[in-house]
Amino acid sequence: MDEPIRRILGEHAHLQADVAELGDDSDLYQAGLTSHSSVSVMLALEDEFDVEFPQEMLRKKTFGSIHAIRDALAQLGAVVA
Amino acid sequence: MTTLEHAGAAPPTGVPAPAPTAEHGDPYRAFRDELFAAGLLVPTGVDGLYLRSEAFESIVRGIDAAVSKMAAVEAPTVYHFPLVVPAGLLERTDYVRSFPDLIGVLDSYAKGEAGYGDLLAAAEEGSWPQHLEHTGLGLCSAACHPLYPTLAGSEIPPAGRRFEIFGQVFRHEPSVDPARQQVFRQHEVVFVGAPADAAAHRDAWVERGLSLHRRLGLVVEAVVANDPFFGRGGRILAANQRAEALKIELVAPICSADQPTAITSANCHLDHFGTAFGLRLGDEVAHSACVGFGLERIALALLAAHGLEFSSWPASVRQELGW
Repeated sequence: MDEPIRRILGEHAHLQADVAELGDDSDLYQAGLTSHSSVSVMLALEDEFDVEFPQEMLRKKTFGSIHAIRDALAQLGAVVA
Repeated sequence: MTTLEHAGAAPPTGVPAPAPTAEHGDPYRAFRDELFAAGLLVPTGVDGLYLRSEAFESIVRGIDAAVSKMAAVEAPTVYHFPLVVPAGLLERTDYVRSFPDLIGVLDSYAKGEAGYGDLLAAAEEGSWPQHLEHTGLGLCSAACHPLYPTLAGSEIPPAGRRFEIFGQVFRHEPSVDPARQQVFRQHEVVFVGAPADAAAHRDAWVERGLSLHRRLGLVVEAVVANDPFFGRGGRILAANQRAEALKIELVAPICSADQPTAITSANCHLDHFGTAFGLRLGDEVAHSACVGFGLERIALALLAAHGLEFSSWPASVRQELGW
């Protein structure tokens, strides 16, 4: 599942860091993710994995790291690509 | 009104709070009808767009003067901004992303003689707007926004810079609530400089705003608020803004005591505008903060509190307004 997550981050997160070099627990906001970019990432993840983030998950920390995104998708029953 | 988290976005001042429109129901329509009957506001046929009487404007002038008196101690640079801005400003402030449903841009006719016949025919059937094209102009969403491009690339001095801004703004949110107008005025006091000083500016103006509104006889309180960011993604932005308490609204009853209306808002923008417009403070990005007094809303709160007949208003209030 990480590969599509990293691809989406590469396309939508506008990070200063190289996505390929990010660790699972690297802080994406520290790496340059802005709030608006996190919205773009959220919408792209929903399209990619055919899920909808519920209101309680629409928080900054849901998109704070690759690990956090993977956990959130797992909670939503997303199918590994 | 303005704000942002920002990461966020900035929004507005003086503005917004509860959800709009008709479900507001009777108390809103009833107060608007009273204002119409008294001639203070004159309907145009469009909800949220009203003509204002000289009497209404005399209240606004009094509020403007009272705010300017408070701002004068900071010796701000004073600007008066028009309603129309370069449309690109809406993009640079992130308003296109944050509030696409509230913004507006201007179209005009640009097809010359060749298309004029089609335009005339369209005018007959009311479809003429389809023959207009984007002009590159937009409507200002928050009074302080035109300020930031003027500072782009300039070095902000260590003590920061202070500005007082008179501006008109547009928000596309038609409503029967007379406090939710589509074109209204904001009187802002803005600081650009060091992060701690920007936060201190915001906090100081929350207190000054509360004090002014209380001297005007309003029942007002300060509450943490968020801007009406668009859509589900906007919930992320709103949650951030609230978690960091970046937007403080001063709320007072207008049409409802249970659901008071934001009449003034004080906002920490953090580095939102500093980053977007390249505002430098030494080697750092400058922060900014603003307070926005919503002039129509304060005037309406005064009318709701003290009645539509000015002669019965308390002497202390009249004095505060310079009457």
